[in-house]
Order: sequence, then structure tokens, then C-alpha cells
Amino acid sequence: MDKIFRVNMTDLTTKIEEVPAAWAGLGGRSLTSTIVAAEVPPTCHALSAENKLVFAPGLLTGTPAANSGRLSAGAKSPLTGGIKESNAGGTAAQMLAKLGIKALIIEGAPKGDAWYNLAVGVNGVTISEEKELLGKGNFAVIDAVEARLGKKTGVLTIGPAGELKMTAANISVKDPDSKIRSHGRGGLGAVMGSKQIKFISIDGADAPGVKIADPEKFKTAARAFSKAILDHPVSGEGLPTYGTNVLVNILNEAGGLPTRNFTTGQFEAHDKISGETMYDTIVARGGKPKHGCHAGCIIQCSQVYHDKDGKYVTSGFEYETIWGLGADCCIDNLDDIARADNLMDDIGIDSIETAVMFGVAMEAGILNWGDSKEMLRLLTEEIGKGTALGRILGGGAGSVGRTYGVTRVPVVKNQAIPAYDPRSVKGIGITYATSTMGADHTSGYTIATNILNVGGYVDPLKKDGQVELSRNLQIATAAVDSTGMCIFVAFPALDIPECLPALIDMINARFGIALTGDDVTNLGKYVLKTEREFNQKAGLTNVHDRLPDFFKTEPVAPHNAVWDFTDEEIDEFWNF
Amino acid sequence: MQITLKLFATFRNGRFKVAEQELLEGTDVRAVVLSLGLTEEEIGIVMLNGRHGELDSKLAHGDTLSLFPLVGGG
Repeated sequence: MDKIFRVNMTDLTTKIEEVPAAWAGLGGRSLTSTIVAAEVPPTCHALSAENKLVFAPGLLTGTPAANSGRLSAGAKSPLTGGIKESNAGGTAAQMLAKLGIKALIIEGAPKGDAWYNLAVGVNGVTISEEKELLGKGNFAVIDAVEARLGKKTGVLTIGPAGELKMTAANISVKDPDSKIRSHGRGGLGAVMGSKQIKFISIDGADAPGVKIADPEKFKTAARAFSKAILDHPVSGEGLPTYGTNVLVNILNEAGGLPTRNFTTGQFEAHDKISGETMYDTIVARGGKPKHGCHAGCIIQCSQVYHDKDGKYVTSGFEYETIWGLGADCCIDNLDDIARADNLMDDIGIDSIETAVMFGVAMEAGILNWGDSKEMLRLLTEEIGKGTALGRILGGGAGSVGRTYGVTRVPVVKNQAIPAYDPRSVKGIGITYATSTMGADHTSGYTIATNILNVGGYVDPLKKDGQVELSRNLQIATAAVDSTGMCIFVAFPALDIPECLPALIDMINARFGIALTGDDVTNLGKYVLKTEREFNQKAGLTNVHDRLPDFFKTEPVAPHNAVWDFTDEEIDEFWNF
Repeated sequence: MQITLKLFATFRNGRFKVAEQELLEGTDVRAVVLSLGLTEEEIGIVMLNGRHGELDSKLAHGDTLSLFPLVGGG
């Protein structure tokens, strides 16, 4: 039977608990958010001993289900002041699930200055003082932990940004190639740093594995599910070939590619940073255009990017990072953006928050538009070393805007707005405004229907249907985030009728239960309402469900679109 | 009449990124698609002057037509 592993960093004790009945049907985001809402005082300081950091694999993680290896991390966010769930690939989720760990809860904080590492294994968690790896980057931590404990060891680690409790700090997860995936958003690395934990190692030895109640039914459903993923043109062909970065040219054509700190919707040099150019570059240099973030991924949207000498630079090189440092900062050099991506992984800082921050920093005059060399220097010498300027930059877009008196600061609930302009792609604006996470495209990805003709079509430039679209997608996403599934299974789920029933059948076969489609929708609604209630108690109410004013007053080219939803129209989102 | 035709992703293979095309008045998007050796089923997204278009959309002088296979990301 699955257990809860609980670690108390105040008295340095650990225990293994039974799973409370109310948590039995939960996993991933539904479990981290339930635990945070139940056990963390909403008004606490996110970096205090009262906050808790919770890791939970999804309901299907550790089974042979395709694309089910995502790990949810949750806490009160030091960036937004609200609840946070951030999920990532890598090897940790499947290892935890196979060890029978439904959730790992880390609470309290050490009274002294010592730092620690946690070793998770089949018999529980061991807390040890850590000295050697303090101040080290994430790649060095992973290498050192593998040297200490073996190549197969799973690793969750924070870099210098997390140690310094920067609010853009992330938690890095070792991937199957001993590189890095990230619990990127919301500053969870700072929460781990506040508990004085440099890394968590996971030993999969003697793991009992995941028991499936009805293996035959599971096999049939898993086959239908995989077929749907491979049959859909986006998940079966588009994502594996071009990765997520294929969106640069699409959003540029649609006039929704935020450029020069959200002052226009098209980037002159779009082709230099596009998915098509990236694909050709990767192939010419002997990199890998296809690559998975976890074992069992059949979409393979990731890639390995090499420099012109054929040496590794980065992997998991995403559209949002490339857009942010590219169009939003007017940098047209893909090699420099790739170097920055690797540096951000090593320092342990969110590549969306940081990219948007650099756009604000350029507007503030800290560096010039398009100056990629200075951007790389600021990452290495200021953020990486934790200078005073580095700490301001490492606080994210809102931090730089406040410090330098910039008014055009693209954030919601202090979290940076990602790669789609909400004036010209209005559905995603509703998601940014209302998401319990702060501005987060993944929490209700209306781009599918506004731009990509997946799940039907809702005109991105009109207000009609956007609130309903965002609501339906946010409910569905909250449920999918509870299964351990990659969010890209939504593409086939929106278009292929067999996909969602197969996903539900797998959950039923795994646990020997009989959920219906309505149960899954209700799970999604429960997650959103639980998170919303936490946020309201933390002081984030409907007046925080708003985009910054400049979106209302500054029309964005080429459509000269403005953000024109009334407050009442936005608040209608929560009418469910 | 003249239009600017832009192709993306796999549609560029063996073709081009961008070209000016001379067309008869009244030509629709479908005719351009077929003239490229593409089928209707292969078309994921049609954009006409930065807005979503249809295969039936009629083209006019000076238009920019962009064709994408069904791709996506996030």
C-alpha cells in the first residue's frame, strides 16, 4: 500500500504514515494542492517554517501508461503569495511511485545554519548534513550525487538561486540522460532553500513497484491511449519533429508573439529563432531533434541542442524560453539563447520568469535590447553569484519592475506572463487572469483552440466564448495534472473520442474503481476550488484576477488589439 | 493579382519559405493548396493577413497567405 513520507526539518525527524482515506483517490496536483490547503496556513510567509513543500507523483505514474511520468511539486509560492503546483518530467516521479510513496511532505525549517540532503529509499527518508555541494550548480550536484550513490539515483536539487531564496528559483529534476527538467514556476526552489535542503536523492532499490488491479483492462486501455497520441498530428508528428518552438512562426503570423517587452506582436527576426531553423541547426550539428523528458514518453517533444563544434549545449529547449529571450528581448542569436537556457538550468532559475524579467530589465535600461552577451554575463556574474543586482533580477519580472519604476510589467499575481499576447489571443488572457497559479499558459491552454484549430476553433481576437473555453480547459487540466500525464495528451484528448475514455479506463484498471467522465470533471473542479479558497484566505481575491492596465490602454500591432474584458466578464469564470 | 505565400514546418520541404505568386482574380485558398501538391487534409492552419482563414476564402491582391500543417506546442 502507498504511504505518505513526512520529513520535519525543525527537529530533523522523519516518519512514514498511512494515506488518509480522503487522499486515496488523489495524486499529482490534486494531492499537493489538497495537502497544502489542509496543512499550510494561507497567510504564512512562504519562506517560513510554516510552509510545506510537497512532492506527489500522479495517479498513473509508475505504470506502463504512456507519458505518465510527471511529478507535481506544491507549496505556498513565495512569488505569487498563493498556492502553487508545478509539474516536471525527469526520473523522480516514476521512482517515487514505484517506491509506493504517494506524497513526500517536507515541513518545518532548521533552527541553525546547517544545510542538509535527504535520501529517500524504500525504508524511509534519511536526513544528513550537507557541506560539499553548497553553492554548486545543478549539473555539478547531479554528477556528484551519481558519483556518491550510483548512476541510477534520482535527484531533486536546487542551484545557487534556490540557496539564496530568490523568488524565481526552481527545483531541478534529473532526467534520463542525467540532465535537467524543472519544477520551474513560482519559486519553489526558494521554498526548498528555506528548508535548507540542497538536494534529495532517491534510491529505487527494492521498490515494490506499482500494482495494477486489473492488468488486462489496463493493457487494452493503455494501447488505445497510446494509439490516440500517435495518431494525432500534433502529438504524433508536429511535436516530435519541431518541438514546442514551432510556435514562434505561428504566433508571429497571428500577431500574438509578444515582442520588445510586450510592445508589439511580431518579431522581425522570428525566422532566426524559429522551430524550423532550430530543427535544421540541430540536425546539421548532430544533435537530437527528438528526445523525451521521462521514460515512457512517446511524444518526444524535447531535443538536444549542440553548438557549432557539435558539443552539448542544452536539452529541453522550449518555445517559452526561446520566445522570451528571443522576441521579448529582441535577441536573434539562437546559440546565445541556448547557452542561457543551460545557465538557467545550472543556476536553478525559472526560464520563463527570467526571460520576461530580462525584457523588463531592458526597458529599465539595465542592459540594451538584444544584448545577449550582457544577458549571459548578468546570469553568470550577478544572478549566479547572488550580488545585490543579481538578487533583484532573480526576484523575477515584478521585482525588477518595482525596483526600477517600470510600469509595463507583464505579470499576474506577480508571476510573469508567458509567450502569447493576451490582447491578440484573448482566451489565454482569461487563463492568465484567473489561474490560481498566477499567469500560467499551461493551466488552461486556449492556444490549442484559439490558434491551432485543436478542439474546434474560437476566434482569438473576439471575446465570444473565451471565458467558457478557458474554464473548460482549466478544469480538464487540473484533472490531467492529477494523473501524472504530460499536458500534451490534451491535444489528442480534445480531438480523438477514444482518448479520454482510455485515460479514465487506465485509472479505473489501476485502482479497481469505476470513475466516469463526470467524476474526472468534478475532480478538476474540486482542485480549482480548493486552490482558489487557499488563495482567497491568503489575500488573493478577484481583484487579483486582472491583467496589468497597459494591456487595456496600449493597442498591440498588427491587429491593434487591446484587452477589453470587463471585471464582471472575467469574474464569470468562477461561475461553476 | 499578386499575393505573398508563406509556408511553414514540413510544407517547406522541397518547396520554399516565402514566394510572391501571380494568381487569377477570384482564386481561393483551396486552389493554392492544391497547386502546391498538398491535400486539404494536410492543412492544419490557414492564415490570411494574420487572421484565421478557410479553404474557401477568396484571395485579393496584396494578401499574405500563410499555410501550416497541424502542429502545436506550448
